[in-house]
Parts: sequence; structure tokens; C-alpha cells
Amino acid sequence: MQFMLLFSRQGKLRLQKWYVPLSDKERKKISRDLVQTILARKPKMCSFLEWRDLKIVYKRYASLYFCCAVEDQDNELITLEIIHRYVELLDKYFGSVCELDIIFNFEKAYFILDEFLLGGEAQETSKKNVLKAIEQADLLQEFNIGTFKEIKIFLLGEI
Amino acid sequence: MALKIVKGSIDRMFDKNLQDLVRGIRNHKEDEAKYISTCIDEIKQELKQDNIAVKANAVCKLTYLQMLGYDVSWAAFNIVEVMSSSKFTYKRIGYLAASQCFHESTDVIMLTTNQIRKDLSSPNQYDTGVALTGLSCFVTPDLARDLANDIMTLMSHTKPYIRKKAVLIMYKVFLKYPESLRPAFPRLKEKLEDPDPGVQSAAVNVICELARRNPKNYLSLAPLFFKLMTSSTNNWVLIKIIKLFGALTPLEPRLGKKLIEPLTNLIHSTSAMSLLYECVNTVYIDVNTPPLPSLSLSLCLYLSLPPQLCVQKLRILIEDSDQNLKYLGLLAMSKILKTHPKSVQSHKDLILQCLDDKDESIRLRALDLLYGMVSKKNLMEIVKKLMLHVDKAEGTTYRDELLTKIIDICSQSNYQYITNFEWYISILVELTRLEGTRHGHLIASQMLDVAIRVKAIRGFAVAQMATLLDNAHLLTGNMQRMGICEVLYAAAWICGEFSEHLENPMQTLEAMLRPKVATLPGHIQAVYVQNAAKLFATVLKSQEGNTDSTAAQETSQLMIDRLPLFVQSANLEVQERASCILQLVKYIQKLQQKDVEVAEEVSALFAGELNPVAPKAQKKVPVPEGLDLDSWINEPPSESESEDEQPKAIFAKEEPKHSRPRREEVDEKELAKRREARKQEQANNPFYIKASPSSQKVYQEAPGVEHIPVVQIDLSVPLKVPGLPMSDQYVKLEEERRQKERAEKKKKEKKKRKEKRSGRGKKHDSGPESEEDITPAHQVDIVTEEMPEWSIITSYIFIKTKSYCVTVHVCSSRPLADSEKLPVRSHRAAEAPKSPTEDGDATSQEPKKKSSKEKREKKKDKDRDRKVRISTGLFLCLLGNHSHLILVSSGLPGINKCIQKSKLVFCFLPLTKVYDIQGNLQDGSQVVVSVIFENKCDSFLKSMEFNVLDSLNSKLQRPEGSGPHDGLTVPFQLPPGVSNEARFVFTVQSIIMPQKLKGTLTFIVKNEDSSTHEKLDFKLHFTCTSYLITTPCYSDAFAKLLESGDLKCSSVRLEGVNMPFHHLLARICFHHHFSVVERIDSCASMYSRSIQGHHVCLLVKTVSIDAKCDEPTLLGNVLDEIKQTFSQC
Repeated sequence: MQFMLLFSRQGKLRLQKWYVPLSDKERKKISRDLVQTILARKPKMCSFLEWRDLKIVYKRYASLYFCCAVEDQDNELITLEIIHRYVELLDKYFGSVCELDIIFNFEKAYFILDEFLLGGEAQETSKKNVLKAIEQADLLQEFNIGTFKEIKIFLLGEI
Repeated sequence: MALKIVKGSIDRMFDKNLQDLVRGIRNHKEDEAKYISTCIDEIKQELKQDNIAVKANAVCKLTYLQMLGYDVSWAAFNIVEVMSSSKFTYKRIGYLAASQCFHESTDVIMLTTNQIRKDLSSPNQYDTGVALTGLSCFVTPDLARDLANDIMTLMSHTKPYIRKKAVLIMYKVFLKYPESLRPAFPRLKEKLEDPDPGVQSAAVNVICELARRNPKNYLSLAPLFFKLMTSSTNNWVLIKIIKLFGALTPLEPRLGKKLIEPLTNLIHSTSAMSLLYECVNTVYIDVNTPPLPSLSLSLCLYLSLPPQLCVQKLRILIEDSDQNLKYLGLLAMSKILKTHPKSVQSHKDLILQCLDDKDESIRLRALDLLYGMVSKKNLMEIVKKLMLHVDKAEGTTYRDELLTKIIDICSQSNYQYITNFEWYISILVELTRLEGTRHGHLIASQMLDVAIRVKAIRGFAVAQMATLLDNAHLLTGNMQRMGICEVLYAAAWICGEFSEHLENPMQTLEAMLRPKVATLPGHIQAVYVQNAAKLFATVLKSQEGNTDSTAAQETSQLMIDRLPLFVQSANLEVQERASCILQLVKYIQKLQQKDVEVAEEVSALFAGELNPVAPKAQKKVPVPEGLDLDSWINEPPSESESEDEQPKAIFAKEEPKHSRPRREEVDEKELAKRREARKQEQANNPFYIKASPSSQKVYQEAPGVEHIPVVQIDLSVPLKVPGLPMSDQYVKLEEERRQKERAEKKKKEKKKRKEKRSGRGKKHDSGPESEEDITPAHQVDIVTEEMPEWSIITSYIFIKTKSYCVTVHVCSSRPLADSEKLPVRSHRAAEAPKSPTEDGDATSQEPKKKSSKEKREKKKDKDRDRKVRISTGLFLCLLGNHSHLILVSSGLPGINKCIQKSKLVFCFLPLTKVYDIQGNLQDGSQVVVSVIFENKCDSFLKSMEFNVLDSLNSKLQRPEGSGPHDGLTVPFQLPPGVSNEARFVFTVQSIIMPQKLKGTLTFIVKNEDSSTHEKLDFKLHFTCTSYLITTPCYSDAFAKLLESGDLKCSSVRLEGVNMPFHHLLARICFHHHFSVVERIDSCASMYSRSIQGHHVCLLVKTVSIDAKCDEPTLLGNVLDEIKQTFSQC
């Protein structure tokens, strides 16, 4: 996998992970182009498109688009599976994840992604193991997602 | 818990944390930029503090801002500070920031090496984990080199959590620091059998990725992977393993057989679509493209999985309601189509259904597939369906796509699949009714192309175009339709140029001179004006034949009345043409008034038929004697005096006589024979079919074509242009025609049978109609490749040197369809007694047969060739068991051969391309190999693909966009007995070593009832000699060169060589591209230069050669090759 982007329906980038070395300028251009292309697609269209020399696999979950770029020989369906797995992980971790979770806790979203994928390859296919690793690390960080969940309720009320 | 909340809010009282920042940004939607700039100022303050918690908080906020697109590279050092915190909380944030913000050019990365090493060896596995994760994002070649050992140690860590991360990151390390692969590989291999499934899967991942890049190093792992494949149930791992086998099988075909069972099982049993897709994809696709397209064909054979199985499975995917599966099914189908067109074609119905899908990308995929699926039989049907979709389609982009696809489908491979061009013309005319298309010019160029190349269709085309012109207002009435008015350009030109076919030229002339024409774009008006003149000539001719002379005068008056409109045009081209023609017509009118017959003279202005010309036709025109295309018209200023002088070489005096191109002299008899052979060839060539004049008559009586009512109402609504025939009727007519043909055939068949009085011919008269049975109704002139008049293969090699020019003419006359005869005749230096092809070739029969003839031939040529220093040869190269192909290569001598175990003998002569002897260094890495393909069998050969396995040093130049393993399509097809030449450019980096490149030629042998894939393996041998260019050198320059001391010395003894000294020299000149600098008795100095500018100097004596060169390796190899040459005599 070359990179993964998360962005909202309004085209706001929520998370980006690059597995290939690119300059900031190129990254910005690529994400801008892709966000535009994907948002222009109709909802009934399939999840794949050919873009430059890459294959783009994307899927929309509620208000968020998850979008991965893979190489020509890669398997589109398994990429779709990776996206779905990641969403499930976020869901388990945050407890019915919403866009706000990722905005306010974007570093957590990254940590989960890093436990799941490494260098663009799936490193752990068991959801349980990923969550276990995250919990352990959180424990070390003296961070408890339970605390956050309380803050989230507070925040949601506020916004 | 409550305490923590309190603690959190206390923190917030002092500093803005990430949540505050996010909330702040959301609350300042109007002045976001301003708000963020104040935030960045705050962050800068925070970073100045000593408290690491504050710093980490600031870095965390920066990471967020970085994602929003703000530049945070200024804080790189602070990120490193946070990374090196001993507390995991901060370290984690630091590494995250680094992985998001750092890239290879970030200079502070250098500072992190020791910190990362420390973290990697930390007793806390999460410290290590976080460092590994971070490293995977920003590893640089330096980091990879310094940390490779540490990571390698981690691959055997006690915790699987670390092992798996370490294994995965090794892949990134290999990419940045390839030297680490060798020492790390044994351990990586070990990890394939790790007890932890996660680690195992990571190792499979890494090896699969590595094998995709260079499969042959991983062949030894095949048994291990085979075991994994049959035992693993993890789909993720299985997919990777299948991919890996996809890369390995082409290298080891025996693997294919073993794979059949497990793959078939998987295909049948798996419920995971991703795995099924991978199986189908790998078996028929991945291996078909990289790494070795030529061998993949054999993979399919080896696997011998019936393509039906895969196609059936794909059908299930396509029929699924899930858009994604549908799309992928079509994608995979289009790739199977390339190798198994038949099995895909049977699913035409399904593909056509996909055109109705609501997803545009699926429709486009289906269109792509259709392009490859058409045949003579189904073209009309498919296009008819597409035309329906054109009418239905919403959105101009998709409709335009449909339009271009229809034209692509019909026009592919020189209209190969069109059997009835009247049908095609009417399709084109129907397409002009499309609203708002941008592709008017495309339709126009098709109309022109067909009208020019298909002579039989001209009458019909002209009638159609006249109708179009008459109804031009329908096309131009609406401003939106401006794109389509390009069609009028073609219509006007066709009506003018082929006006003799017009039913009513007067009417068309009037249509072309309507005032409304002035609203058309300038370039179209210009064509209108010019062709109105052509029409005028035709009209005059017909009218002057009549007794009534007033009609002709009225026509002139019409021209004089209407043309001034164009004379006023703002477009210069229109204006110029109009005023010219106006004056001409005025003059004609004057003559007419004096009762002078002018029609003859006027039509003489436009006399002469326009014939299609091949794009390469210019090449066929022989260069007239004495014309030197490469000589300077004005001598350029001399750069070095020594090279400007004439060389004082011994052969120099005789040279001019032989440097002119020799042309083959052929007598009448020979010509007649060739003509006969050519006819034979044309008869066999499916693309060269004589026109059948009868078909035209039938259709001209088609109803409604002639009398078209002119409706002068400007309608803005798109209407069907009245009177234009519907293409549909042709489908019917075509069906009838085919039936008739079939019936006739049957009759003939019956007659034959009667004559033979035997019932054996039965198989012909029943069963479905095969492709070849369908004869086109019209003939297309195909002129893209070879002009039919040329059965002689000729090519010129111009070798230009600064002071003189030698043109070498290679030619071979080849009596066609006579395989017994000597297939090629070679011209070569007479001193070369035997070509290596002959003496080394014990396995093939053909060369032996020819050798006696060749000797005779040689004698004849002896005198002519004797002193040609640079001569060329054409050599018979290959005779396989099948005798399908003869590869002959021509070029400068440097003959090499290699005998393969399959009894195929090859001989290639890389022809070094020389533009300027001064050694254009940009060109110094290019070598052109020209190969002549000759079809010796009775079948039609097509889809030839030439592929060479690139080495690090030499690469076949491929067109942009194609992968490094793609084959090059040979741009022609070969009917039986035909040969053609193709050139392949290689980029060579280092020329100091000889090279052998392995290659494969794949092609399809098409018989009447079957077509099979075949392949031929060959080796290309680039000798060092072939990189040398004969370069003249003068004795003083030569002496200077030797004195310079830059050259390394070497020598070789020539043992057992007993030939006259001048033969010896000639041989070196001829075979190794040297020129003689000076000769004194039995001692001579010789010089040559490589394409990269290496100097090679020889001092040749009767028994030994002393040599000097600035590149010792090159010299050694050249000397070896010289020795080889002499050891063969």
C-alpha cells in the first residue's frame, strides 16, 4: 500500500498515512486531487478507480471516506477488507466510532493504524491482538479510553 | 478516575491541549488562518520551555496542524527532543510526529540514529515497537545501513510482537540498503516457520514483495511455500502465497503442474471473494503481464486449468449485485481476453448487459472488453447495441466515450472486422446526429479514410455526403452542435474529390454555396470553396456535353454570384481561395460567352486520382546515385585537423568506388516471377482481397437514397436527417449476403464432391461459420506497412563519418513462396570463407542445402565485394522443428551464434547505429538490433511479441508506460512466405563486456480452423566488437594517442593462422570494425573506436597482435573475439 487517507464529506482531511517517501508538496497535491475525484463519484459507483499508475480503493463509512492507494498487482478486495478491518478496530476502541472521535483523538487513530499496518503491509490480522497491544501501550501512557469517553460525552454536549 | 479528569482540566487551565486546538479551529471558521497563526506562536513559546510534557503537547498539536497542511518542518528538532524522552507517553507522541513530518530530506534524521538504536534495544517492548513503527515511515538509506544489524537481531526477539514488526520493517530496510538482504535472508527464511502465525504471515509478506521484484532468487523456497499453501487457512497469507507462485511459476514451469490441484481446490472451495479473485487473477493475469509475459502463456498451458473454469467464476462475480465484484470481474475478464478470446466471447450477452449498469466505471470497463471481443461475425450486432446505448446515454462524457469506442472498434487493425463498408458509412452518418459531441473531427477523419481507401465505397459515400451537405443546416442549426460541423469538412471534400460519382452535382454545388456556409469555421469554408470549384468542373463537363449551352453559363453565373461572399471572409485561407477561384470562373465565363469549350481544361485542373500512401513510403524511394543525404551542404568549421584529412590507409584508394549503394539488377524474367509470387501472396493475404464490384450495385438501389426532399425549416431539435439510410438495414442485408455466399460455397462444395465422388468433404458444410469464411464486401487498401510493389527487402545503413560517407546497401531478393530456394543472399567480404552459421550449424538442415549455392553466389560477388571495407551480411538464422519462422538479422558483421538445446539455431548481428563518428555520447548507449522475420510455414502468423529479459546492463527500450517486462509487439503480421524487418533499440550501459540476453518471441499461428500460441526462445549475443565503430584515424593522430600514455597494453598470439597478411587485415576490418592506419610490409597499425568513445589501437603482425586501449576489460574481450574469429578458420 502506498498511502491511506481519511477525509470527510466536505473534503477535509482527517488522517493521512504515507508509506512512500514523498515531499509535502506532492502529498498535498495528491490528496487534493484524490479527494476531489472521489467526492465527485456517485454513491452507487464501485469502490475502485484507476488513478495515475495506482489503483485507488475507497469506501464511505457514515460521513467519512477511507481511501487507500495500492499498486497495480495488489488485490483490491483485500484492500477493501483492510479498510473494513480498520473501521472495526476504531469502532471497538472508541465504542461506535464517529468522525469526532477521530478529530479529537487523531493520535489514537494513528496508533491503532500503526498497530494494524506497518510499512503499508498488514502486520496483524487478529483484531483482538491489535486491541490488546493498544490497551497495553495506553496503560503505559497512563491514558484510559474510558476517561476519554466521559470527556467525549461532555464534548458532544458542548458542540 | 475523577481525579484524572480533574488533573486533565488543570492541565487545560495552563495550556491549550489538542482538544482545545481542534475545538478552537472549529469555533473560528471565519478567520481560521489568523487563529492558527496565533496558535503556532503559542506553540513556539511552549517549545522553548524545559518541561517535556509541555513540549510533547506542543508537538502533538503541530502534528495535527501538519495534517491540515501547515508547514511544521521548523520544529523538526523539537520532535527529536520529544522522541528521546524517556517516558513512553511522550516518546509515542514524538515518534508519531516524526513519522508524519519527516521525510528523506529532513536533516535532523541524522541525529536520531543513536536514539533509535537505544529504543530498539529497550527492555520495554512498546518502546521498541513504537521505534520500529516510526522507523518504517522515515527510514533513510543511512538509517537502514546503521540500524540493519539491530533490526536483524530483533527478528529473533523473544516477543512475537517485536519479531513480527522487525520482519516487516526489514523489507523497508532492504529497499533502502540492498546489501543487507544477503546476511538477513537466512533468518528471514527461518521466520517462515515461526511458531507465531503473525510473524509467519509477516515473513510471507516480505518474501512475496521481494520475489515480485526478483523472483529467481526465491525459487528455492517454493517447496516451503507449497507446504504453507496447502496447510494455511489464513486468507491474507494465502493471497500472498498465490501471488508469490504467480511470480515463480514462469521461471520454473514444473511448479505449474503441482499447483493445479491446490489452486483448483481453492477456486472451488473458498468463500472469500478476495481469495477467489486472487486465484483467477494470478493464474490468468498477473503472470501474463510481469514478470515474463512470454512465459506466462506456457504457465496457462502448464496449469492446464480450463479457462472456462475461471471465466465461469468471473461470470458469477459479474452477475453479482455488488458493484465492486462486477467491476473486478470485468477487469479480470479483459485480461483473460488477451490470451483466451474464445472463452470470453461466449459471454458477450453478459458484457452487453453491463452497458446498462448505472455505474459509469462499469460501463466503461464493459466497453473496453467489447473492443477486444469483436469479430467479423459479431461486429454489426455489437455496434448496433452500442448505437442503442448512444441514443439512451445521459451525459456527454459517457456518450463521447461510446462514440470513440464505436469508431475504435470498427477501425481497429485496418478495419479488419468490417465486412460491409456501406454499413460503416451509415453508422458514421448516424453518429453525426449526436448532440454536443466533441468528436466531429474523429468522425470526419474516418469518413475521409474510408472513402479514400475503400475505392468500391466511393459512390455510396459520395451520395451520403451529398445528403449531409444538403442537410447541413440540421447539423449547424444549434450552437451546441458546433463540434459536429467538422463532419462537413469531410463531406465537402469527399463530394468534391469524387464528384464523378454524384447523382446530382448541381444540387450539391448549390448546397455548398449557400449563404449559411459563411457561419461555419474558416477551415471548413476553405474546403467548401475549393471543392465547389471541383464540383463546378464536373458540372461543366456534364453540361457541355448537352446541346444547351445556357445551362453551363448559368452555372458559372451561380459561382460568380455566390463566391463574393467568401471573398469577404475574415479567414485568409477562405479569402485567398475564393478570390482565385472567382477570377478563374470569371475568365471561364468570358470564354463561354465566346462559345469556347472549356470543360476539358477546367477539369484538368483537378485531374488525377488521389491514392493512399503508406507513412513509410518515403523510405522505399531509392536514393539517387550521387546524392549523399548526409553530406554537409556547407562544410562546418573543422574541430580537429587530424580527422579532416583523408586517411592514408591502404584501402583508402579503392574505397570511393564501392561506397555507393549497389542496387540489385533484375532482369525481366526475374521481375515477372516476382510479380507472380506477389499475386500469390496477395491471394493468400486475408487483408488483400480483390474488390467485388457486384456488391455495390445491389445496394445502390437501396430505397430512399436518391431523392431527398430539402426541408428548409431550421429546427433546433435534433432530427433524424431525412433520407439517410439506417445502418440497421445493413445488418439484415449483410446477413442475406453471407447466407448467399454460404449457399454458393455449399454448391461449389457439392460440385467438388460430385467430381470426387467421395463423401469426405462433409465437415465443411455444416457447423458454424468460421471467421475466415466471411469475406468482406469491400476491399481496404492497407498501406501502413509495406507497399505491395516491393518484394525486395531493402534497407540502407548510412554510416556517416566526418570526412567521408559510406553507404552500405543490404539487399536480398527472395523469390516468394518458394521455400526450396535460397531464402536470402548475403553480400559479404569475400575473404570470409564461411559464415559461422554454416559451420556451427550441424543440427539444422536448411543451411547445408544452401551452402553450395551460396558459394557460387559468393564467387559472383567476389570481385564486387572484395574491397568493401564495411560490408554487411544477411544470415539465415533459425530453423525450428516447426519451421515456422526464420529470423534473419542484418547488420554490421559481428556474427555470433548460439545453439540451443531445442535445436533452434540463432544468429543475431547487433547493428550499431552510428550517427556521428565523433561519438555522440547521448547516443553512445544505444544499440539497434534489426531482425528480419520470415514466415516459412503455411499458416498466418500474428500477434508477434518480441521480448528480452533485461539484464542490469542492457535493456530493451520499451515505449513509455509499459512495464519493464512487457514484450514489444512486432508491428506487423506475417502471411505465409512473407518476411519483414523490425528494429529494436537496446540501451546498454557498459560496453566493456560481451553480453548474452535471453529472449522470447511469442506469436499466434493461425490456421484455417485453429490458432495456437507458439514461442521461440533465443539468445541475443552482444559482442564487444559490435560496440566498435569503424573510424578512420591518421598516423600522426594515432602516434599521439599511443604516446599519451593513457592506454593500457595487452597482446594476443595468433596461432595456426596461415593466410595472406592482407586477408588477415581485411578479416579484422570486416569482422571487428577496425580501420587500417598504416601498413608497412607485414606489420600494420589499426584503429577503432567504441560507441562510448574508447580508443582501441592494434599493432598487427603475422603471428601476434599487440593492442592498446583505455579500457583494459574491453580490450581483453575484443582480443578474445578476434582470436575466436581466427580460430574458426
